[in-house]
Amino acid sequence: MNHLIDRRLAGGNKSAVNRERFLRRYKEQIRRSVKGVAAERSITDIDKGGNVNIPARDIREPAFRHGPGGDRELVHPGNKEFTAGDTVPRPKGGAEGVGRGTEGGEGEAVDDFVFTLSREEFLDLFFEDMELPDMVRNFLGDVPERKWVRAGFRRDGSPSNLAVVRTLKQSLGRRIALAAAIREELEAARRELEEAERRSVSVLQVSMLRDRVEELERKLTRVPFLDELDLRYRNRVAVPAPVARAVMFCLMDVSASMDERKKELAKRFYTLLYLFLTRKYEQVELVFIRHTDNAEECDEDAFFHDPRTGGTVVCSALELMHRIVEERYESSDWNIYAAQASDGDAFGSDPAKSMRYLRDFLLPVARYFAYIEIPDENDSRTSTLWAAYEELAGAERNFAMRRVHGRSEIYPVFRDLFKKETA
Amino acid sequence: MSGGVNGGVTLRAAEPISRGPEWTFELIRRYDDAIGECAREFGLDTYPNQIEVITSEQMLDAYASTGLPITYPHWTHGKEFIRNEALYRKGYQGLAYEIVINSDPCIAYLMEENTITMQALVIAHACYGHNSFFKGNYLFRQWTYADAILDYLVFARNYVMKCEERYGVGAVEEVLDSCHALAPHGVDKYKRPGAKSLKDEERRQAEREENARRLFNDLWRTLPRPEAKEPEAARRPPFPAEPEENLLYFVEKYSPKLEPWQKEIVRIVRKIAQYFYPQSQTRVMNEGWACFWHYTLANRLYDKGLVDDAFMLEFLQAHTNVIAQRGFDQQGYGGLNPYALGFAMYQDLKRICEAPTAEDRQWFPEVAGTDWRQVLDFAMRNFKDESFIAQYLSPKLIRDFRFFAIADHEDEPELVVDSIHDEAGYQRVRMLLSRQYSRDYVVPDIQVANYERHGDRSLTLRHQAARNRSLREAEAEETLKHLARLWGFTVRLESVGEDGTVRNTLECRG
Repeated sequence: MNHLIDRRLAGGNKSAVNRERFLRRYKEQIRRSVKGVAAERSITDIDKGGNVNIPARDIREPAFRHGPGGDRELVHPGNKEFTAGDTVPRPKGGAEGVGRGTEGGEGEAVDDFVFTLSREEFLDLFFEDMELPDMVRNFLGDVPERKWVRAGFRRDGSPSNLAVVRTLKQSLGRRIALAAAIREELEAARRELEEAERRSVSVLQVSMLRDRVEELERKLTRVPFLDELDLRYRNRVAVPAPVARAVMFCLMDVSASMDERKKELAKRFYTLLYLFLTRKYEQVELVFIRHTDNAEECDEDAFFHDPRTGGTVVCSALELMHRIVEERYESSDWNIYAAQASDGDAFGSDPAKSMRYLRDFLLPVARYFAYIEIPDENDSRTSTLWAAYEELAGAERNFAMRRVHGRSEIYPVFRDLFKKETA
Repeated sequence: MSGGVNGGVTLRAAEPISRGPEWTFELIRRYDDAIGECAREFGLDTYPNQIEVITSEQMLDAYASTGLPITYPHWTHGKEFIRNEALYRKGYQGLAYEIVINSDPCIAYLMEENTITMQALVIAHACYGHNSFFKGNYLFRQWTYADAILDYLVFARNYVMKCEERYGVGAVEEVLDSCHALAPHGVDKYKRPGAKSLKDEERRQAEREENARRLFNDLWRTLPRPEAKEPEAARRPPFPAEPEENLLYFVEKYSPKLEPWQKEIVRIVRKIAQYFYPQSQTRVMNEGWACFWHYTLANRLYDKGLVDDAFMLEFLQAHTNVIAQRGFDQQGYGGLNPYALGFAMYQDLKRICEAPTAEDRQWFPEVAGTDWRQVLDFAMRNFKDESFIAQYLSPKLIRDFRFFAIADHEDEPELVVDSIHDEAGYQRVRMLLSRQYSRDYVVPDIQVANYERHGDRSLTLRHQAARNRSLREAEAEETLKHLARLWGFTVRLESVGEDGTVRNTLECRG
């Protein structure tokens, strides 16, 4: 007896657990690969999944296998010109060669093992050593907030969504429509009955007509008051909650003392802020301002990869930011966020001037201003800029600052921000 | 197209079962009935079938678990899944039309994307071809328990998961990794003798005593006895008395360090490897048999008028794709296609039965001109690839495939063409090809030689380097580490050449 079974609905994804095991086992290699991918990516693309490469030899499973050398014969099909005793030079690449076909697996194994990480998996690895609290992790990984809005009516739904008025309207319409024919017939039958009574035809005929009228009247009452068909439910659909727009200013000192390591740290910092903002706001614009002794606006690539030489005047960047805000981002329409990264070098009156400028012009319009200082490794002196900004840290609520030596120290800069905004 | 059964007149149906590519469950059922009917006419003996329709995603899942419906969780399955998924997504690789599981009832997966023609092909191929092979072939009968495998897999999965819960995922993974590395050497090729019953044991004991009594001679007592010179340890017989080729079995039975739960996991991997052993030994035969029957059954359907020309054209296109064999110098040559060779051999055997030439009569006097169904049935039941080729590869096929053998010898500067498809070469090509399918050709011969039970508990393996073929050393060392992890003490691997000398020794401390 044969059986035929439809398994399609039994649910796939049986391999999900095995996939997770695989990721767990090769976390180190995958993390390295993610790091490489993240470095090449622009901040705005960071929260997509990504292709990951692992060298195939790392994941090969060993077994006792024959190697090259020794004697053997191999039979192949498709001989054209060989006869017994012919010799063939050994193909280059060792003793495999003609025999290559039977060991086809070899060719593949040399390639990298490439596969795609989902967005969640990618972000998880990207932020791995930043010690993000789980709540924040969820928040960042979450899809944008959705809002339920009304969207007409539908035929099915839960009782709590029953639209009573609409349902009764439907019922009325149906009753009119269904009863119309009966009513017509009834009218006709009544008229006939009246006529018959008036003309006093045979009693039998009259009673037949009377029966007919009664039957039609009964039929009329059998049209149900409320039918399954009439029920209407309020329909609600989820739409992404439209939140206001935000602009994020990235300010960075790009003088020669900011090396690759510092820039890489800064990039994490900006990325984290950016991701946070994209969860919160539907539209986030990025403005990159780099400065040496004067500031300029530039694109992301130049921002991270184009080294400049020159002195350091922090205030110039703040002034430029202020100018851009006034020109393009009216603070009543835009939520303004700013993140400044620097190694803290500043000279002369610049630190004090910057602090005052920040306090008087930028902090009043900005929702949040974060400053991270990335000193040289093993450098524990406080910089001049740090000393000046320190005055703001206690006084202003929307200002945060932090010295960051490694990645795990980035998150605390945001701690207050997340606490406030996610609450 | 093949002739009707018994050469009798075949009644033609007025209408084919279906037209067009769409399939429905009703149609699949009707095709299955029709194909089953034909299979019975040819006398195929099968397990009952359980045909399951699945999606391509589920097919990928099935791939990842080496075709088993249930497996324990392990990263290597995840790796396979990710690899296949990537290849499939990019379009480098299509999915198999079908997967069939050697169980009773025999489970076959059909993919929902296929047309009704493909579904019918798959039913004929898997549900009647493979199925009858599973039921009939001696290796499967000897080594697999079709009615118990599903239950065992469920047990294995639950057991492994329970261990993960109790001892941690990492600890279980370690054991599984090590077992997987040794799985090719976790297979019995011969049945172990069953345990003797108490009665047998007693009788043997009695016979032994009787023998000693009869041969007793007091004279022996008077002979001077030489002093025992060797220390006691050296006089102890080696253990195991006979070399053991099933490494996982030996580990499971004698490992001094493994916990009982670890031994059970070793056993699980060993059992599953053993379940696959017949499949690895009969690929040519098994696939060839299935192809032969889907071809024969489809033609039978056509002769009965149950399928139309459109069906046959699509069917033949798929069929020829499956059994295509490229020459060694053509692009995409990936070795011998077992489907092609197997199909050709069964077809050829049928030809030899039905229309033998003088050559066939000389080479195959016992089958030429006899009933092909009996001959094929006998061949399917009693051989594995190695012996099947050695027995039935005909000179005509050697010519058709234009087989030639290349000798790759260590001490010769160039490759030599050993023999080709001519009168002088038939025997040799056949022998070489047959040897190519023997297990020893692929899996190195490694056996447990000695277990130092009373000393440092070290384990010595002996690799018999047949024809001086050596192991890949780096990989062998990795594998040895896995064995050492299971064993817990020092593990040694000696490579012994043809001449009996030790060529190379690897050692790994546990």
